[in-house]
Amino acid sequence: MIRNGAKENRVTKWLVSGPPLVFLLVFFVTPSLIMLFTSLRFPGEFGGLAPIISPTEAAQGEHGLTLETYQLFFSDILYAEVFLKSFIVASTSTLICLIMAYPLALLIARSEKRFRNLMVLLVVLPFASNFLIRIYAWMIILGPESVFSHFINGVLSAFGVAPVTLLFSPFAVIVGMVYVYLPFMVLPLYTNLEKHDPALLDAAQDLGANAWQRFWHVTWPLSLPGVFSGSVLVFIPVLGMFAVPDILGGTGDILIGNLIKDQFLGTRDWPFGSTLSIMLTLAVLAITALSTWLARPASITKG
Amino acid sequence: MALLEIRNLTRRFGDFTAIDNISISIESGEFFTLLGPSGCGKTTLLRMIAGFDLPDAGQILLDGKDMANIPPEKRPIHTVFQSYALFPHMTVSENIAFPLKMAGSAPDQINSRVKEALDDVRLSNLGARFPQELSGGQRQRVAFARGLINRPRLLLLDEPLGALDAKLREEMQIELINLQKERGVTFVFITHAQNEALALSHRIAVMNQGKVEQLDAPSRIYSFPKNRFVADFIGKISIMNAQVLEASPSHLRLSVAGLGEVTAPSKDGVKPRDTGVLAIRPEQVRITHHTEEVELKNNFTGKVQGFLYVGDVTTYIVELPNGARIEALLPNSAPGSAQFFETGDSVTVSWRQDAGTFLND
Ligand SMILES: Nc1ncnc2c1ncn2[C@@H]1O[C@H](COP(=O)(O)OP(=O)(O)OP(=O)(O)O)[C@@H](O)[C@H]1O
Ligand SMILES: [Mg+2]
Repeated sequence: MIRNGAKENRVTKWLVSGPPLVFLLVFFVTPSLIMLFTSLRFPGEFGGLAPIISPTEAAQGEHGLTLETYQLFFSDILYAEVFLKSFIVASTSTLICLIMAYPLALLIARSEKRFRNLMVLLVVLPFASNFLIRIYAWMIILGPESVFSHFINGVLSAFGVAPVTLLFSPFAVIVGMVYVYLPFMVLPLYTNLEKHDPALLDAAQDLGANAWQRFWHVTWPLSLPGVFSGSVLVFIPVLGMFAVPDILGGTGDILIGNLIKDQFLGTRDWPFGSTLSIMLTLAVLAITALSTWLARPASITKG
Repeated sequence: MALLEIRNLTRRFGDFTAIDNISISIESGEFFTLLGPSGCGKTTLLRMIAGFDLPDAGQILLDGKDMANIPPEKRPIHTVFQSYALFPHMTVSENIAFPLKMAGSAPDQINSRVKEALDDVRLSNLGARFPQELSGGQRQRVAFARGLINRPRLLLLDEPLGALDAKLREEMQIELINLQKERGVTFVFITHAQNEALALSHRIAVMNQGKVEQLDAPSRIYSFPKNRFVADFIGKISIMNAQVLEASPSHLRLSVAGLGEVTAPSKDGVKPRDTGVLAIRPEQVRITHHTEEVELKNNFTGKVQGFLYVGDVTTYIVELPNGARIEALLPNSAPGSAQFFETGDSVTVSWRQDAGTFLND
């Protein structure tokens, strides 16, 4: 039966995996190649790109292909610093998301079945309103005149600490990031935790494990695939995000996303913007590959 | 003092009583079985012994100590779950080591104990495998090893052989008996398979609807079921309506409607004029051609209604003149002669006067 169906299976496999493959080819591989090509060209005089071949001998400006943008990227420490800062912000946001999402996901997964869907719905409910509006809302919440700011500064002054500005700071950026991406951590964690066999916890308890040991030796290792996918789903978008630092961050809180956006919309240096994008893509790929490799033993637990 | 003492235990779910005033005491070293149909409360009772569920009334004492306020992880009682509940992210060795690790044993001691335990269940070379890479029987043995490694006072087993096929089941039964004997650990075993209960146990508690119907040694439960439920539930049994004519310390004289008089073993508490049933096992009934001379006093003629050939034995179903049906078992010991009677044959069924049991209504 299986042997007879082998050929048919292969056809089905292609039919199923074909469309997404084509999609990736058209909307990921092609743009990446275009970007790679763009990064090797000169910027046009008023934005855009300079021609590859000069239309006339006498024409002004540079043309052809160059590695200049890459030289620029590696020659100025500023860019490495922005990358590093972005990675720190992304890691911090991911970690905070994980710490906040785990108990929530556990709570949902362990509550009665009929309430679970409602609770999941509540987690994703913020998506129903516009992203920018929600970020601007944080601008008000964190603003100097807000109740929240007054409260924080009130507490601080009680301890003799000088008042702080919450808005336009790395703090505000991370709050925004965590707020936006928290559901992306909760959902994969919940999906994983909900599948755990409760008999395993009973067995662990029966064999002498207290509550903490049950979590550490059973729940946590079994949830690693969920932790991993949630972290990827938060880390990568945060790394490229520009709207949150734009709105909630100060002048010093520029991240890679802002840098790239600036190259295209501000400085109008398309080649350098492309170079930054490529560097970001490479960094993300490297991190994904590394963490997939590191999470290898955890993948066994899915079986 | 009994190792485990269950006193007047009751557990209700809403207005449904799952465990109804049960008292059992289990001795150290015993292989004790809870036998009963699905839903009779076996798992509920086991979970209360393990500590996962608390009784609404009554007490559970282990070594004379009340377990009421002791959580499962602190009770020297381990459970082998029906689904085995092996940790999928741990190897076989890690699974078996788990109770020792939780107890804080030294790593080198853990290693040697695990090695021993693997040898005991014949899994020495599979220690590095993950549970999902094992067969059903192997997983079962890992679950046993894990439950026993910490030398619990009591091992609870909730239908541990339920998921295995018949042949493997029989093998594991023998292994289980040996394991229990070697370790001297007290077992409380759950099953709804009566042959398994008879084969394994020192004592059996037959449960029904949250109550213990009879608590006795396997042979006594089989030969002298206390009531209709136990008689029906354990093995095959033929039943005839009967009334007591005479009750003496040595025997009972019964009148079976439409047939005549039968002599049966005496039984405590049975008085003349009592009505009930005479229950008799197929293997206690002899079947012969009606022309043959029969020396047993309890004998009746009837017609073969049908038969069931299962290889080693054939069961004949005989209809008696009063319409009652009685089953007789005949071993097929002579090769090739699997069948001695045909449907419709006139036969005589007979049984000894010390066979059968009278059960009050
Ligand atoms: N948590 C619960 N809430 C309500 N009713 C329950 C609960 N647990 C068990 N019951 C009921 O109690 C009765 C006994 O259940 P239990 O699981 O002890 O049966 P069992 O003898 O182990 O049966 P099986 O052989 O099918 O496993 C059943 O009728 C069951 O529906
Ligand atoms: Mg059960």
